[in-house]
Amino acid sequence: MRKLWVALAGLVTLSLTGCGYNTLQSNDEQIKSSWSEVVNQYQRRADLIPNLVNTVKGFAAQEKEVLLGVTNARAKVGSIQATPELINNPEAFARFQAAQGELSGALSRLLVVSENYPQLKSDANFRDLQAQLEGTENRIAVARNRYIKSVQEYNVTVRSFPSNLTAMVFGYQTKPTFTVENEKEIAKPPKVDFGAAPSKPQDEAQGAAK
Amino acid sequence: MAIHLARVSLLAFTLCWSFIAVAQVPVPPLTGRVTDQTATLTAEQKAALEQTLQTFEARKGSQLAVLIVPSSGPETIEQYALRVAELWKLGRTQVDDGAILVVAKNDRALRIEVGYGLEGALTDATSKRIISEIIAPRFKQGDFYGGIIAGVDQIIRAIDGEPLPEPSGNPAGGIADIQQYVPVIFILALVIGGVLRAVLGRFPGALATGGAVAVVAWLLAGAVSIALVAGVIALLFTLLSGGMGGLGGGGYRGGFGRGDFGRGGFSGGGGGFGGGGASGRW
Repeated sequence: MRKLWVALAGLVTLSLTGCGYNTLQSNDEQIKSSWSEVVNQYQRRADLIPNLVNTVKGFAAQEKEVLLGVTNARAKVGSIQATPELINNPEAFARFQAAQGELSGALSRLLVVSENYPQLKSDANFRDLQAQLEGTENRIAVARNRYIKSVQEYNVTVRSFPSNLTAMVFGYQTKPTFTVENEKEIAKPPKVDFGAAPSKPQDEAQGAAK
Repeated sequence: MAIHLARVSLLAFTLCWSFIAVAQVPVPPLTGRVTDQTATLTAEQKAALEQTLQTFEARKGSQLAVLIVPSSGPETIEQYALRVAELWKLGRTQVDDGAILVVAKNDRALRIEVGYGLEGALTDATSKRIISEIIAPRFKQGDFYGGIIAGVDQIIRAIDGEPLPEPSGNPAGGIADIQQYVPVIFILALVIGGVLRAVLGRFPGALATGGAVAVVAWLLAGAVSIALVAGVIALLFTLLSGGMGGLGGGGYRGGFGRGDFGRGGFSGGGGGFGGGGASGRW
């Protein structure tokens, strides 16, 4: 009788391995760690903003609207708790993404405006902050790409046979991932206008497109 | 039927991937610390740069590399540099102290890609300054070698300010340490070796000399690995010299070369990158 139980336990363990239970677990953990890297980098960007706003204020205090836009967008981002549960909830995820996208937009407006102030542009502090912001945007892009990849791997496991049965039994569902925020904007052909202010820096545009 | 379907879908899948791969500029294999696909640097310049980077790795443990490509293709320099970094895996595992200077010559763009472990020393702002104040002005005048060597020099200086683990696990570090004791070992090997060879004969004499030198080196340096290397050098020296000093010297050089490039070339240590660094244009 005891032997039977041992054999049964062994069989169950084997079948769990065979039907993708362990793969689901490792994929799930991978998602969590790449998600925390995403949050980490977004936090890094949020931490840069007060300093950036203050520096710009010193040279371009009259750009109240733009400065206020950045401050508000940052406050909005800060009000969303980026908990690990967020990645299981598509609506909360979409809200998080929208808030971060809004902050990206406000920041790029700030950088466009700053082009009009030569003194600000040549300020060493501002240049360092700009380099940090660029670097952070690039890190965000990298972290998001890695998150997308790990979610993709997980979603494939959840949806493909036979691990989809295991996923169903244990209640694993596909997870939301980042999408292109400005799909319509990208699809539009760029407008060439020689009379307007200089266009926003390239890095910004790429960061938002990821 | 199912197998056939699987085969077809696998084929389709592989084809899809190969198309993606074709669309991107391939990352060159890591063969040395300096990879120049544009023939911008002369052989001597390349060798000098390699030497600088190799000496730095032996001293500090961080792996640096320079890559010059004609263009990063449809990708931005950031995306391309990250792909290079992910493939080359420069820097030691867990320390993640690698950095790559990527130059896309025809795009007039360059980037310093910084590993996780060096993000504190080589911050985005520092990298940006190195690019815009040191490298880009020289590139503008067409002085590529000058820009790269000055930039690399600044990168090395920035990393020097960061306390990193000693380069102990790596054979190059042991060799660097042992160099201090080389004169002592040589005199010892010469004197003791000469006497013992006369008394005991060639091979036993060499063996005894090797042992004696190893003990002395161990007392001096306090590391078993260094003592062993010293002993072997002394042994070979005594065995081969036979009154000819020049031959012994040759043997020792060869030994060092092998020690430094144990795996027959330069390869990444497994460091991780997360998109740190800065880019610039000229």
